[in-house]
Amino acid sequence: MKKTDAVIIGAGPVGLFAVFELGIMGLNAHVIDNLDKVGGQCIELYPDKPIYDIPALPECTGESLTKNLLKQIKPFNTEFHLNQRVESLEKKDHNWIVTTSDQEKFETPNVIIAAGVGSFEPRKPPIKNIEKFEKTNLYYAVKDKNKFKDQIVCIFGGGDSALDWTVELSKIAKKVILIHRRDDFRAAQHTVGLARDLEKEGKVEILTCYQPLDFKGDESIKTVEVKHDDGQQKNIEVDSVLAFFGLKMELGPIANWGLDLEAKSLKVNTENFETNEKGIFAIGDICTYPGKLKLILSGFHEGALCAQECFKRAKPDEKYVFRFTTSSSDIQKRLGVK
Amino acid sequence: MPKVTYIEFNGKQHEVNVENGLSIMEGAVQNGVPGIDADCGGACACATCHVYVKEEWLDKLPEQGDSEKDMLDFAFETKKNSRLSCQLILEDKHDGIIVNLPEKQG
Repeated sequence: MKKTDAVIIGAGPVGLFAVFELGIMGLNAHVIDNLDKVGGQCIELYPDKPIYDIPALPECTGESLTKNLLKQIKPFNTEFHLNQRVESLEKKDHNWIVTTSDQEKFETPNVIIAAGVGSFEPRKPPIKNIEKFEKTNLYYAVKDKNKFKDQIVCIFGGGDSALDWTVELSKIAKKVILIHRRDDFRAAQHTVGLARDLEKEGKVEILTCYQPLDFKGDESIKTVEVKHDDGQQKNIEVDSVLAFFGLKMELGPIANWGLDLEAKSLKVNTENFETNEKGIFAIGDICTYPGKLKLILSGFHEGALCAQECFKRAKPDEKYVFRFTTSSSDIQKRLGVK
Repeated sequence: MPKVTYIEFNGKQHEVNVENGLSIMEGAVQNGVPGIDADCGGACACATCHVYVKEEWLDKLPEQGDSEKDMLDFAFETKKNSRLSCQLILEDKHDGIIVNLPEKQG
């Protein structure tokens, strides 16, 4: 169990700036995110798209914004816990016990939910009872490629993951069948070329303009039924299936924590951005209140105000004195200014 | 102001007058039409504003860009008339357009 002043759920720009606001007050934080990298939507969805409404930055990108925020919080040596999702929050006296999907546990007086639209989860094909196959031979990511040795592997998708693994697994699998809904692949053209070469050698079979209709089998998938755009259907025998249909955002376990929700957002007060539970805050796109705007700059403001309340809860015996970064020697020491 | 008819998967219809220059996605979100999530806020980056455009309107709409084609890979049950509504900017000539919403987004 790790004890900390605050746990921040979500490593997007708003979560990162909350680290800064807590940090200059002398509070430490752990940040948890379900993605494998920091930056949230800014990095996952639109790293190259320009953003024009960050104060004093006439133009930046999701990627550069994230980089600069990481630079800004560097003095605080924040610990990030990536590739895991917060599964539960339990009350323990004045504190909260936070448990992640990897069974990491934290005890903290402050939980700041900066989770945007929710966590990124693999998008599943529209097939009934698909969950039962997830326990056996249906995968949304490759953790151990040796599992696919000498197998007939069916890969769905047209992006980099689908094409990269088609090429890679063709080296050890008995056969790889790549299925995509259209003739164009959005993956890197070089990899598409490699896959097409492997197709000519007979190591890979590529079926385009096909979509999955059904996965058949008792406990594991034995046959994949696919349908061509022209209506023709096909059954393919497989040993395992890899589905790369990208990621989608889901509120996930947050909905089960007994917090007041409005649509898919968490209701907060605008004084300290606390939810209906003491010590649980929501900032950024995930929170809602009268007049809420889903802007990164609003999330920064919300983080600054919520940090004030976090201080009171983390250090109930200390009196907080508001200070400016320009003049406070305490803050400057924490920032490593010499 | 072009009138847009949104038909939910359950058949419920919503007729909304949307200002020129707004997208079909924005028309839905700003008027509380359920069934269009628009998680990314219109950046053509998430495929959660997927609609089926009534066939006779398809050729009045701007052509699909590469990013829309790519993102449509992620939409739920795409058909030939599938579009991402954040890319469909309304003009006077779209007055009367009808879009059907999918069973779910993503």
